[in-house]
Amino acid sequence: MTPSAAPSTLGTRQHAASPSPKRTPVVEATDLGLVFQSGKQPITALSAVNLTIRRGDFVSLIGPSGCGKTTLLRAIADLVKPTSGMLRINGSTAEQARLDRCYGYVFQAPALYPWRSIERNVMLPLEIMGKSRPERLERAQRYLALVGLESFGGKFPWQLSGGMQQRASIARALSFEPDLLLMDEPFGALDEITRDNLNVHLLRLWAKTGITVIFVTHSIPEAVFLSSRIVVMSPRPGRILEVIDSDLPPDRDLDSRETPEFLAIAHRVRVALRAGHSYD
Amino acid sequence: MTDDTLATAAIRLSSPLRFGASTVLPVMAVGMVLLVIWYLAAIALNGPRVTEALNRGGQPYDNATFIAATWAMERPVLPAPHQIALELWNTTIDKPVDSKRSLVFHGAVTLSAALAGFVLGTVLGIVLAIGIVHVTTLDRSLMPWIVASQTVPILAIAPMIVVVLGNIGLTGLVPKAIISAYLSFFPVALGMVKGLRAPDPLQLDLMRTYSATRTQTFNKLRWPAAMSFLFPGLKVAVALSLVGAIIAELPTGAQSGLGSRLLSGSYYGQTVQIWAALVMAAILAVTAIGVLSLIERGVVMARGGRL
Repeated sequence: MTPSAAPSTLGTRQHAASPSPKRTPVVEATDLGLVFQSGKQPITALSAVNLTIRRGDFVSLIGPSGCGKTTLLRAIADLVKPTSGMLRINGSTAEQARLDRCYGYVFQAPALYPWRSIERNVMLPLEIMGKSRPERLERAQRYLALVGLESFGGKFPWQLSGGMQQRASIARALSFEPDLLLMDEPFGALDEITRDNLNVHLLRLWAKTGITVIFVTHSIPEAVFLSSRIVVMSPRPGRILEVIDSDLPPDRDLDSRETPEFLAIAHRVRVALRAGHSYD
Repeated sequence: MTDDTLATAAIRLSSPLRFGASTVLPVMAVGMVLLVIWYLAAIALNGPRVTEALNRGGQPYDNATFIAATWAMERPVLPAPHQIALELWNTTIDKPVDSKRSLVFHGAVTLSAALAGFVLGTVLGIVLAIGIVHVTTLDRSLMPWIVASQTVPILAIAPMIVVVLGNIGLTGLVPKAIISAYLSFFPVALGMVKGLRAPDPLQLDLMRTYSATRTQTFNKLRWPAAMSFLFPGLKVAVALSLVGAIIAELPTGAQSGLGSRLLSGSYYGQTVQIWAALVMAAILAVTAIGVLSLIERGVVMARGGRL
């Protein structure tokens, strides 16, 4: 963790491995279940999910396709309603958290509005939240600079590469300074080189802002590289198999992925994922 | 903005009315082919009556005289293009605008009704689309009626509308505008229903994550997303509103308007007059669509060159 975020006493990486009671929980899921009533027979997407995510954590949800990790993220975002159990965000309901604009959401696709310039896309949430025009401009510039797009504000989405579009969508999610950043396989559609690049970017961004991140992925290296905690989920119905704390050095870079520590954690994740498959 | 980017933006526009250097030549070529066909058709169609007249005269005649005669009849079956052009000239440039024979006057009468109907129809179409997209009950109950409304022949329903409105004291422009609106709301409503539903689930979810109100979602997402569906609808609507206004003038024996020129032309066999009125109507429609294309181009420019 960089010194800039340290004074908060929250979210330092050293604490991530050994949870301290001082850090307040951002997300608390108790016996969470979600059943979709679509089609002929109901589909159980989530079953008995118990999870606590503390402030400053970088939590990855990893599991095979269709295991409900995106559904869990969407439940936290109040985009779907759980059918059983309890879900508290910042101590209140998920709906209240959404109404309070507690989180920024980064989707699988950039979902930029094609008729808006990049800068105006980043300003979109600020417009909806009624910020003044000077503040909108200042924040858009600040967060575009944070993702390295300061000179692209006047461009339109179709003029940017896929990776740049996704960076713009991250700037948009950060622009209103939410407590929580929810990311749903944000780099899944990108090539590996771009993906590595954005992973390094995201890690630095997390260090700089100290924001709590929940990150859905099905890539083991990505999860291990980014996370302070890795939540391994089983195939449908989605359950949490194991929560693995990661204590890689905060100044890690792409080369860290070849260190024995990294490989050991990746191995634990892989074993846990395999165990999930043997259930059925 | 440099000329270069303007040029590429102009090329990217797929408007039916691009008068760039690249389109003038093909348009002219098609025009020439049509003119040749037209002149040949005039010979064929007017020929029998010309032959009759020349034979009655008893004088011997050659082919050139015959052809010239088919292109110069007073009441031809099919007037030659230059006859129509001359009639247009005589009834527009050569006539004072307030004359009862001025096509500018008659065109203005029809155009004002058509534009009033177009505005009315556009507003109605957009309001219906907003209702249909936001209220499930309206979606189920209104759509079949909207489609059914367009299966009724307008020629049959126009006189009824004129008579009913006349009974409650509405004459002149209002009944014509209403018949125009009856035709023109349809493409706008249809396009806007599709357009307002164009945002993909992610774009809508994004608004939900901001806990945006319905109004905000409409203003910042649905409405801008519908723009690329609005303009094609508007172009069809403006052409239909002219058709509606002209049809509305036919059954009532209107004293002015392009419809009245068509009607009086057909009473007295003045085919040249009919064709001149038709060409005038076409010019009005093309101009109206051209204006809409210019507005569309402005919107496209403001949105970075893509609609």
